[in-house]
Amino acid sequence: MIIQSLDPRVTRSKIDQEKEFQPLQQLDQFETYEVFHQKKRGTQHQHVGIVHAPNHELAIMFAKEQYSRRGQCVNLWVVKTSDVYVTDYDDADIFETTPDKKHRDPESYKVMDRIQAYKERQNK
Amino acid sequence: MEYTEKHVLAVKELLYKMADDQLILGHRNSEWTGLGPILEEDIAFSSMAQDKVGQAHALYQLLHDLGEAEPDTVAFMRNEEQFHCCHLVEIPIGEYDFSLIRHFLFDKAEQIRFELLSSSSFEPLAQVARKFRGEIKYHVMHADSWVKLLGKGNEESHGRMQEALKEAFPMALGIFEAGPYEDALQEAGIFQGELHLRQLWLEAITPVLHAARLAIPVDVDDVSAFGGRYGKHTAYLQPLLDEMTEVFRIDPAAEW
Repeated sequence: MIIQSLDPRVTRSKIDQEKEFQPLQQLDQFETYEVFHQKKRGTQHQHVGIVHAPNHELAIMFAKEQYSRRGQCVNLWVVKTSDVYVTDYDDADIFETTPDKKHRDPESYKVMDRIQAYKERQNK
Repeated sequence: MEYTEKHVLAVKELLYKMADDQLILGHRNSEWTGLGPILEEDIAFSSMAQDKVGQAHALYQLLHDLGEAEPDTVAFMRNEEQFHCCHLVEIPIGEYDFSLIRHFLFDKAEQIRFELLSSSSFEPLAQVARKFRGEIKYHVMHADSWVKLLGKGNEESHGRMQEALKEAFPMALGIFEAGPYEDALQEAGIFQGELHLRQLWLEAITPVLHAARLAIPVDVDDVSAFGGRYGKHTAYLQPLLDEMTEVFRIDPAAEW
């Protein structure tokens, strides 16, 4: 039986309900591009997401529709995801700070005494 | 220069054909929504289809300001012989190659038309033309990117684009079918005319098609797709109108 749908495009396609469908063959996928947008000239570009695209030019075209349609934007960057170098989560320990480097934290600044004293006064 | 009655008729005729082209192609292109080749392209193409309907609305509003019926009434209550659109926009979406080539050929002409109109002596139209400049520029960039990529792609993509161009090109010439008021439009500085537009369009599409390694059909005087501007349409328009207006016609006075 031919499928009758409320969507006239489906009805027009004359799809036979009884017919068995073979799943489509998996084809090559486009690469992903990381998208950065800039809200105002002079401000930093911010990462907003990814798009799949066949090249940089179309990545920009797609990024425009997906990430700037409803928001303010003056400029876009796209970068191939494969061109982004990343750290390994196994190496996350490189970001840990050892206790004897506490002098790098603002807590050890002299002014902290006064800030601490101020906070205590506020809490009373 | 004071507009005479003839100039007003000329402006109306110009607005009708532009608006009808935008509305019908906008509706056609929206048939890809949900069926586009990839998600990102589906979103972009749907959004541009929506832009076209919005542009049509702005032009119907200008017509309303000149005494014609409300935009909704004009868009949804006319029959095919009252439409001024060209045949190119009526043809079903076909496969994606055809829809892309149509998008390329039509939007390039539209961009140049709006560019010319942005200095029209009919100021309300000049304002509308300036307002949509950025929107249309994006449509053209999008079309150019795909045409160049697929034209130069592989044997299949090149072959499909070339075939689609061969099919769509004579129909695209129908965009430039002279209207009944070409002289009046030119003498009043409203619009430079369809012939002038066609020339600029040919100059604009040629380098892109060259870059895409696509051969341009040679007969630029083919009139096989003429008639649309005078209400003579292909067999595809009335079914499109029936489908497009189905909901509206249930209750034309409904508040949405």
